[in-house]
Amino acid sequence: MSERARRVVPVGVVLVGVVVLWYAGAVWLNAPGAIERVMTPKGPYGFADLVAATWSMERPVLPAPHQVAIDLWTSLVDWPLDSPRNLLFHAAVTAQSTIVGFVLGTLLGVALAGAIVHSRTLDRALLPWIVASQTVPVLAIAPIVLVILGSLGFSGIAPKAAIAMYLCFFPVTVAMVQGLRSPQRIDTELMHTYAATRMQAFWLLRLPAALPFLFPSLRVGVAAGLVGAMVAELPTGAQAGLGAKLLTGSYYGNTIGIWSALVMSALLGLVLVAAVSAAERIVLRQRRFG
Amino acid sequence: MLTIRSSFARSRGPAIALMNAPDRMLHPSNGTASGRELAVRARKVSVVYPSADAPVQALSEIDLAIAPGEFVSLIGPSGCGKTTLLRVIADLEPITSGTVEVNGMSPHEARLARAYGYVFQSPALFPWRTVLANVMLPLQIQGRDAATCKSVAMEQLARVGLGGFEKKYPWQLSGGMQQRVSIARALGFEPRLLMMDEPFGALDEITRDRLNEQLQQLWRREKRTVVFVTHSIAEAAYLSTRIVVMSPRPGRILKVIASPLPDERDLGMRDSPEFVAVAHELREALAIGSGRSVDV
Repeated sequence: MSERARRVVPVGVVLVGVVVLWYAGAVWLNAPGAIERVMTPKGPYGFADLVAATWSMERPVLPAPHQVAIDLWTSLVDWPLDSPRNLLFHAAVTAQSTIVGFVLGTLLGVALAGAIVHSRTLDRALLPWIVASQTVPVLAIAPIVLVILGSLGFSGIAPKAAIAMYLCFFPVTVAMVQGLRSPQRIDTELMHTYAATRMQAFWLLRLPAALPFLFPSLRVGVAAGLVGAMVAELPTGAQAGLGAKLLTGSYYGNTIGIWSALVMSALLGLVLVAAVSAAERIVLRQRRFG
Repeated sequence: MLTIRSSFARSRGPAIALMNAPDRMLHPSNGTASGRELAVRARKVSVVYPSADAPVQALSEIDLAIAPGEFVSLIGPSGCGKTTLLRVIADLEPITSGTVEVNGMSPHEARLARAYGYVFQSPALFPWRTVLANVMLPLQIQGRDAATCKSVAMEQLARVGLGGFEKKYPWQLSGGMQQRVSIARALGFEPRLLMMDEPFGALDEITRDRLNEQLQQLWRREKRTVVFVTHSIAEAAYLSTRIVVMSPRPGRILKVIASPLPDERDLGMRDSPEFVAVAHELREALAIGSGRSVDV
């Protein structure tokens, strides 16, 4: 078996299993509704008719995979990119606030970590608060942030990015504190014998040593930022964004719409994480230990 | 092996050409009336580590003077404070009492004046930097311009026989080559004093012999002051102009042996009567230090 096949086959087997279970689940969950609303009015029916009906309902409890796929596909090809019926439009809106929040959160995280490793006082003063900040559920924080920023005249992307940032900075801070402290004693003593300033030691030793710690936290951070941006779209009554799309879908009982928005956000998350991984490969391409 | 041998052959060439250049190392003029200043001067230096039960006397009343151009080895069993003494001179360890001067300055001032290069037990190369960039590091910290950094680093790498390895990463090099990179790095900014803490301790004996030979040639042509910590009798006897024998609990100087060997040495000399005599004297002193008698 080739190397590629060895990697693809297990993933493929799981995928097939999931799809089979999904179709079975659709039959199981949709059958009562289908019997009541579709089959009974038509008269006698067989099992095959029932199965076919559960897979093609307008408002199923659990839409079948092909229904979601078709809905997603038609939203992409039948509507222009700037139409609110096109899911890419919503994905772009959410991606924008995620990326702005992610960049700001990363900068904040690195700055906080830099301050923490350079000052014992800040280490003691800040770290407990940073940890405590993450114990407050984002769903509780989001409306408050939106109201406050709204009253200050910030609307649109800023409040959403702020909440994405709130979720992003934490993993980055924690990883960077660890990473910036990762140089061994012999490395710091070497810089000491060169009479390097703190800034030089930071740029030439601590920061490069911390990069392998940074990237895994960026992958976590960008995914958390996406969650933050989508949560921020829920209470605003926002017109656009995947979070808003999910909310309107549930208002109108459009289950297929909810699922295709969900699949779209999963795809967006994959793309964002893949982008971070690509950046990691480029930045760390020369690193190897051993 | 091939690369080491060929580089070794190459490093012999410029040795003669460079012999005259660093004469100033032998006679540094400090501009004061006191005349020739010592490279290192330690007076009654003690280092005590506080500990729960009894404080540990790492160094006890050390007196030591090292003249410019000397190659001084510190030898002794582990725990005798030889590394501590080196670290004190390098301002990596505070002293409890006494005074230390490096080039007439306090160790702290000497460190800030970048008066010395330090080679650690392990190469301590940054894995994200190429060999060349690693050697350039101290020069960059000193704020030299990029072109100077590069040309100096290239030259130093050639001198330790690693020309052509500039673009490699540390993990692509053997242990002996990595340690040579760290020596090139320490020599790049032309420190008047070179301190080495068991630099070849982790290497196999064959590599160690080669590096000893290269270090001896380097010292002979540049006559920088070297303070060298080792626990190998052969290494100390082969390299040094003076050998300081130390003893533990408390860390103190037992004996200072001046080498009768000429400056120009080769590994073959290790069978000469002078070398054997120095090695014997060393072994005897070390045995006295550890409270045993000698039967050699």
